[in-house]
Amino acid sequence: MARPGMTAAGAHDAAAAGAATDAARDTARARAESVARESYGRLLALIAAPGGDIPSAEDALADAFLEALTRWPAAGIPGNPEGWLLTVARNRLRDRWKSTAVRRTVPLDPTVLFGLSGSLDPPAPLSLDDVDPDEIPDKRLELLFVCAHPAIDPGIRTPLMLQTVLGFDAARIAVAFSLPESTMAQRLVRAKRRIRDARIPFTVPGLSELSGRLPAVLEAIYGAYAIDWQGVAGPSVRESLAAESLYLATVLAALLPREPEVLGLAALLSFSLSRAPARAAPDGSTIALDDQDPARWDRELIRQGEMLLRRAHGFDRIGRFQVEAAIESVHCDRARSGETDRPALLALYGALVRIAPTLGARVALAATVGAVEGSAAGLAALDSVAVLPGADGFQPAWATRAHLLAQAGRVRDARVAYQRAIALCADAGIRSRLQEQCALIGAA
Amino acid sequence: MRYSLLVISQEAEDANISDEMMEWGRAAFDAYGKSLDAAGVLISADILQPVSASTTVTVRDSALRVQDGPFADTKERLNGTFVIEVPDLDAAIAWAEQCPAAQYGAVEIRPSAIIFRDGAWRGQE
Repeated sequence: MARPGMTAAGAHDAAAAGAATDAARDTARARAESVARESYGRLLALIAAPGGDIPSAEDALADAFLEALTRWPAAGIPGNPEGWLLTVARNRLRDRWKSTAVRRTVPLDPTVLFGLSGSLDPPAPLSLDDVDPDEIPDKRLELLFVCAHPAIDPGIRTPLMLQTVLGFDAARIAVAFSLPESTMAQRLVRAKRRIRDARIPFTVPGLSELSGRLPAVLEAIYGAYAIDWQGVAGPSVRESLAAESLYLATVLAALLPREPEVLGLAALLSFSLSRAPARAAPDGSTIALDDQDPARWDRELIRQGEMLLRRAHGFDRIGRFQVEAAIESVHCDRARSGETDRPALLALYGALVRIAPTLGARVALAATVGAVEGSAAGLAALDSVAVLPGADGFQPAWATRAHLLAQAGRVRDARVAYQRAIALCADAGIRSRLQEQCALIGAA
Repeated sequence: MRYSLLVISQEAEDANISDEMMEWGRAAFDAYGKSLDAAGVLISADILQPVSASTTVTVRDSALRVQDGPFADTKERLNGTFVIEVPDLDAAIAWAEQCPAAQYGAVEIRPSAIIFRDGAWRGQE
């Protein structure tokens, strides 16, 4: 995975290696990459937290990774690579602060006057100095709350998390969000400046505020997973983003083990990821849930999902992500029982629509009504959804309608609905499946 | 960190404010000013005269242009400023939330970039 630290370091790798042998360099490089993968977010959060200055922390960390690639091949890999990187990055920051401290009284800086930049004085680095490199505290939770702060544009929250907590580079995030790389990079830079200049604090809100602030964090993590379903990127990027969102949710669940919706989100993502191996056809296209072979689902992830969901339910505070996880759990139970418990799904989708009446939830409810109570009831439920804003351009609404119309024997109407669904479908695999289904209704 | 809380609202004259509302506003702003003061975060607080009293100055190509009226002529206007010194944005948001104007207008929070103090422009503390 491309981490920003490693991107910068990689560019200078060849020049930096000096007299080191290729083998030592490869080992050092591999170790640095593995530390980057595991620790990037932890180190960045810790370095950025005292001053709220993410861009400077990114630079300092990139410098530290670069120095690791220079020094580790000859000197050997340190016993505590994370602590080593933290110390180097901390020193880099201090050097920067010293050089800017000279400008404590500033001549009027035109960039400030024209609103191009914010505070000029460095924030006090004190608390970072107090950190023992052997015992690195975890500030990632604080960083998650910064990324999903109400003063940050909701649209950039998920990309910001992907970059700062997980270390994705802007190019990769841009692909996932179907944006030009320069646009995504610019938005990320702006958001990080805003965090620094408006001084958004690196704190976890107190209990009284937590319930108001947590949903945005969960929403942003869920956003990384939801990209998966919009057919905007290649399957490999989508799967890896979904896996990373599960990782974030698991980190969050470990840090906030008494918040049922956090557990619910982690459960939801576990269940969903469990089906990843069965989701892709040999030709790379997507296989719909009901057509998947449950033998190929990941049992370990299903067990993890069940465990998280049980713990969430123990708190007796129901929420959207717990209900969605329960729905996923019913689907995953087909691996055990051989069939999908539709009446259970009906009750759960009903609950979901009451808690979070999204278009997707309403259409899923109508489809389940159709499966349990017959096509006429399903179509009636769908009619009440069709009048909602956005429904006319929502592919699943048309696919569900086509399916129910075909069941009801209304061949001509079904074909029209299939054509509409096919035209709206961004995923090649699902599109060809819709085309097959459309071709079959005439033959029946 | 120094922030300006900019009170953006309709002007009293345009908003057709009743006497009771005016009385509520006086009491609410009085209490707000006192609580900012008591918390030790207040640098200055000004409620401004209507924009009919404002004068906008621009200099283009060395030529001074003085115009009557506000810079941007909109229905909602800058009607007051509270300059406060607090640790971070969350604290500033908490104070903006307390501002009576948040209930009928808007309070824009702008961090100060540099401050003129002891004879020179300086960065934030």
